[in-house]
Order: sequence, then structure tokens, then C-alpha cells
Amino acid sequence: MSSTYNFAYLDEQTKRMLRRAILKAVAIPGYQVPFASRDMPLPYGWGTGGIQVTAALLGQDDVLKVIDQGADDTTNAVSIRAFFARTAGVATTERTAEATVIQTRHRIPERPLHAGQILVFQVPIPEPLRFLEPRERETRRMHGLADYGAMHVKLYEDVARMGRITTSFAYPVKVAGRYVMDPSPIPKFDNPKLHDCPALQLFGAGREKRVYAIPPHTTVESLDFEDHPFEVQRWDRPCGLCGSTKSYLDEVVTDDRGGRLFCCSDTDFCRERRDRMEAGR
Amino acid sequence: MSVRDLPLLEVRDLAKSYGDLQALKPTGFDLWPGEVLAIVGESGSGKTTLLSCLAGHVPADGGSVRFRLRNGEDVDLLQMAEAERRLLARTEFGLVHQNPRDGLRLNISAGGNIGERLMAVGWRHFGRIRAEALAWLDRVEIDRSRVDDLPRAFSGGMQQRLQIARNLVTRPRLVLMDEPTGGLDVSVQARLLDLLRRLVAELDLAVVIVTHDLAVARLLSHRMLVMRRGQVVEQGLTDRVLDDPQHPYSQLLVSSILAA
Repeated sequence: MSSTYNFAYLDEQTKRMLRRAILKAVAIPGYQVPFASRDMPLPYGWGTGGIQVTAALLGQDDVLKVIDQGADDTTNAVSIRAFFARTAGVATTERTAEATVIQTRHRIPERPLHAGQILVFQVPIPEPLRFLEPRERETRRMHGLADYGAMHVKLYEDVARMGRITTSFAYPVKVAGRYVMDPSPIPKFDNPKLHDCPALQLFGAGREKRVYAIPPHTTVESLDFEDHPFEVQRWDRPCGLCGSTKSYLDEVVTDDRGGRLFCCSDTDFCRERRDRMEAGR
Repeated sequence: MSVRDLPLLEVRDLAKSYGDLQALKPTGFDLWPGEVLAIVGESGSGKTTLLSCLAGHVPADGGSVRFRLRNGEDVDLLQMAEAERRLLARTEFGLVHQNPRDGLRLNISAGGNIGERLMAVGWRHFGRIRAEALAWLDRVEIDRSRVDDLPRAFSGGMQQRLQIARNLVTRPRLVLMDEPTGGLDVSVQARLLDLLRRLVAELDLAVVIVTHDLAVARLLSHRMLVMRRGQVVEQGLTDRVLDDPQHPYSQLLVSSILAA
């Protein structure tokens, strides 16, 4: 741990400010709480919101896991993990089950989370109504009055053009029957995992200066039509590495002759299954 | 007494100032179910301010606007909580802007524009929303095949008709129109006026229409208010005001029409 930095990089006053915002977010599920976002030593779009939320949460005994599109070994995940290992000296892990705080970009781990864990999402655009209404003042008023009819217009457009709901990520949800929320660009495959999750889920948007939350065991519904109900993506083959049929698959090009591999995007889930198969053999 | 025997809208002492400028001096009128009221006057006479106050887009300084609900109860639009007013605005009112680009969502297909109000009042069945949108395209004489096109690919007259369909889809009882024929060429205007006249009669709409075009007022409206400098200077049956104007300003206005 580098002693020239305060614990977890941010100064104590900033962390207090963040914790206040987080507490408010937890108290009002799905409501976007403004906070005084700081400049962080990484560019906007790389997780400046998530990293600040994580910094405010970390204690000395925490075990941190960072994933980027489900993977533990990509640039974004490796550098954020290294950043906290250096500035906070906390233990890090790649195993979902062992982590107490998981910062994620665009995925929810396949392994069910348990009580006591905290999932921190990196959010680019927190406002689900932005597509329809560019004025911040107006979107806040729409949230305040629960004036959400227009939200279905986007889904209508999908069905009218493509014959089905094609929105496949950042799929809008209604939290605790009140606020409509953008669950960050997670695939809609992960939307059902938001519902009644035993872990605390926090969302940080650094550029837009907003945090919001889904407290443990909160109702989260995905918006849909009666004759076009919400559905998640499916694949017609199992993971090429571990054989799972229940996980979200990435398509990987393996050669220049059209060869491709479909494998779990959650690297820890895939490794765990392969280890178990090894051991069983 | 049935609901039809009572005014739909009772406006009393409605006023609005912008700083020192009194854009609308205390004004009152009644509007009956199924009646078309034209508000005429030159630019800057307070017509649009009056309409904006009625629509709730601009907070009025004082007065009352009582609106009679379907159950006969009346509510003051100026005193209502915003959430209730928005619900009422989606179900009972329509607002047709002069420029259809202000009243339409340009990045949403024609069907989505018509369906938006239905979804806002709780429709959640795609097939039914689409069927209703198609039926309304027929009514406003837009070809069904254009249902998935964006409004920006429509002509000005079609955009205006689409805006009307979007407003009428929830069967409002009161429609506010701000210069609905402004900016359209004469033949398109005539067609739009025919359409409006038919819809007003079919749906038994009460309409407040703001216009500076006396021919539009003559064709559409039953009654008329003439405004000048934020004040109503004369009101009465349209034909009476146009054929026998009493106030010097109305006389000036009527005599300034070019006889073609």
C-alpha cells in the first residue's frame, strides 16, 4: 500500500459526502441522488462513478472483485483492482463467492449473490427518460410525478419496426413499484437477477454525478407489453468451454476462416465449472 | 340538469403579467360542451398568453379556470396539484400547437406518436395500441402505410393532421388550438379546416381556437372573442361580430380583410 495516498484514494470528507448520497439512494430505491463527483485518475466512461462509490464503501477487511463485461482479466478490471490494491491495500479476488464488494461494468455475476455482498455498477447515462426528453428539469419532474407513460414509446418503436422488443441492454425497470430506472448497460439477460437480490446493488455515474440503489430484496420489474412480454436472450448452443446452458455467452472469433467460439462472459463462473469437472474426473 | 346544460369551462378574472407588462388583463368567458370559441386579435394582443394559461404552460397570476369533469363535478385547473393536472391534460384536453414540430416527437414513428397518450393512460397491449393508431390515421386521412414513418418525412399538412390525431386519440372533451392552420398553404388549409369541422362535429368537441385569420374563425367557430392589448374588447356569435362589429377595433379588423 502506498502511504502517499489517503485510504482508498479519496479524502475522508469526500467519502462522507458519497456515503450520505448512498444512504439517501438506499432509502429511496431507484431514485437518482446527485453527488459532487470528483475527478478520478481514469477517463470518463471507464468507471469514474463506480470507482468513487467503491472508494467510499471499502473498509480494511473488504475483499474486492472487479469485472468488466463479466471478465476479471480485461484492462479496465485489472487496473481498477490494482488501483485499490495500491491505494487501500485491500485483499482482491477473482472469485465471486469470496468477494464482499464487486465493482462491475455491464454484467451481474452468474453465481447468485448472497446477503452482505455489495455490487457496484458503472453507469454511463443514468436517466432512462433521456431518450424521450432531453431536458433534465423535465425528466426530474416526470420522475417526481411518476409520469412514465412515455417510457413504453421506446418499446412500441421496437415492436413496430422489428416485430419484437429489440432493446437488449439498459432495459428499463421499475423499482419497488415507483421509480423507473436504467439498470446501466447490463444485458437484459441480467434483469431478472436484479429482482429480489439478497445483495445491495449500487449504481454510480461519475460524469452525470448521480448515484442510485436497489436495496436487498427489492421488487424490480422490467417494462413490457401484454402481448409482447419481457424475454431474455437465449443461445442455441452451450458454452464451448464449460458446457453451461444457463449463462450469458460471448461470441469469440477464433480464426480467419469463420471459426468462432461461444463461451461464458463470466470468466469466474466458467473457471469454477471447469475446475469442478476436472476434480470430478 | 344534465352535464350538457352546464358550461364545460368557466374562466373568471384570469390575468397574467410579465414584469410590468400586463399581457392579459382580468378576462372571463364560458365555454359550453360542443362549442367552438375563436379568439382573434393582432400579434401581441394576449391570445397566446390566454391559451398558455388555460393549458397550464404558463402560471396565471390570478383568477380561476373551472373545468367540469365527466361526473359533473367541477375542478379549478389553477389550484390543482400538478400530478392530477397532467392526468387530466392527457385524458380530457388536447393542445394543438401552431408548429407541429412542437407537438410531435420527431424521432418517433407516426404510430408511436399517436400511441403515446394511450400508453400514458395505461394501455399495455401492443396490438390494440397499433389498431387504434391505424384507425386514427384513417380518420385524419393519412395513408396507413405511413404508420412506421417518422413525422419528419411528412409534409407540413400531414404533420399537422398527425398532431391532431395524437391529441384526439384519448377522446378529450376540450381541445386548445394555437393557429392550427398557420404556415400552411391555402389549399392545405382548406382541407385541414374541413377535417377539423368534421371531427369537431363527430366527437362533440369543445374547442378554443386562437387565430388571426378571420376566415378560419368564420368557418369553424360558433362564438368569438376579439382581443386587443390583453383585453377582450368584444364578444358574441361569430357571424354577428364579423357582420356587425361594434367596437372600433373589431371594425378595423373586419375592414382590413382583403376582398379577393
